[in-house]
Amino acid sequence: MSTNLFDELQADDETLARLHHRLERDAATDNLLDVAYRTVDSPVGTLLLAATTAGLVRVAYDIEDHDAVLMTLAGSVSPRVLRAPARLDGVVRQLDEYFGKRRTTFDVPVDLRLAQGFRRSVIDHLRGIDYGRRESYAAVAAAVGNPRAVRAVGSACAHNPLPVVIPCHRVVRSDGSAGQYVGGPAAKSALLTLEAA
Amino acid sequence: MRVRPFEDVVAEHGATVLRVCRAVVGPVDAEDAWSETFLSALRAYPALSADANVEAWLVTIAHRRALDVGRARTRRAIPVETPPDRPSGRADPAACYPDLWAALRRLPDKQRLAVAYHHIAGLPFAEIAELLGNSPDAARRAAADGIKTLRKLYPEDETA
Repeated sequence: MSTNLFDELQADDETLARLHHRLERDAATDNLLDVAYRTVDSPVGTLLLAATTAGLVRVAYDIEDHDAVLMTLAGSVSPRVLRAPARLDGVVRQLDEYFGKRRTTFDVPVDLRLAQGFRRSVIDHLRGIDYGRRESYAAVAAAVGNPRAVRAVGSACAHNPLPVVIPCHRVVRSDGSAGQYVGGPAAKSALLTLEAA
Repeated sequence: MRVRPFEDVVAEHGATVLRVCRAVVGPVDAEDAWSETFLSALRAYPALSADANVEAWLVTIAHRRALDVGRARTRRAIPVETPPDRPSGRADPAACYPDLWAALRRLPDKQRLAVAYHHIAGLPFAEIAELLGNSPDAARRAAADGIKTLRKLYPEDETA
């Protein structure tokens, strides 16, 4: 009955998109955009990118379940999470250059609050492994001062909050095989192949 | 219960809140009211309890923001826009819409708000009464009277 009466107030997608865009801008201006995110298509699947005002805080593969990742960010960083692409423009451009073989290092501000303790020291070490190079889990464990912590290094890599940008894919098994990867084995070999070509 | 990203709140309730704003303040001010509602909601969101009724919470904020927008408009005293001729059919809701607003704006405030909050947002009369400062029975009567008047002012196209 009364549902029909108000049909004409129905919001169209274009208006809602415009209002959303305005909310993104207003939120950033008022310093309320704690986590801005967007997705981007890449040769290794759709990547979720999320940034705080400090920098890139999360890169996530499809298989990590983007909705679940956003839910986790809402709990661990802030529930003020909005799809707001502008903050990620620089990251998107650099990823595009990386996958197009026009870039070998990422130069974007990062927010590493999601990597703490031992995992953080592993992440810090990974940032120093150059493009096209590989290091074994054992070598990383030795480098961070705990040669017996090979498994823990594997776990730290699996929990890298910024895969691709922080190159955990360059950490491989001592026998030379690629090993596991947060984005799945196919994504790991795709990145290693890209960098080797 | 886990905290949902605010984006989910916008995606789930954005359209309803816009309809409420359109019914309460009209087409010209609705988008300002919507924007202020969601910006206020974003600001307050971390303090919202996990089991809160999010839609009722948003309507409460929209109610306050709409009052602000309405006051600002009265102060600015902007001339009334000329409504476009109503085209045949309902292919273009934006063009049809001023007629419904013309009817809605003729309702007493409490009737218009009760109609919007109950028939568009789906709020129970107990919560509407809190917003309007009356009793649930009075809120129910206001909504019923509002609908009755609307049907006279704005006869529906029965073929729709």
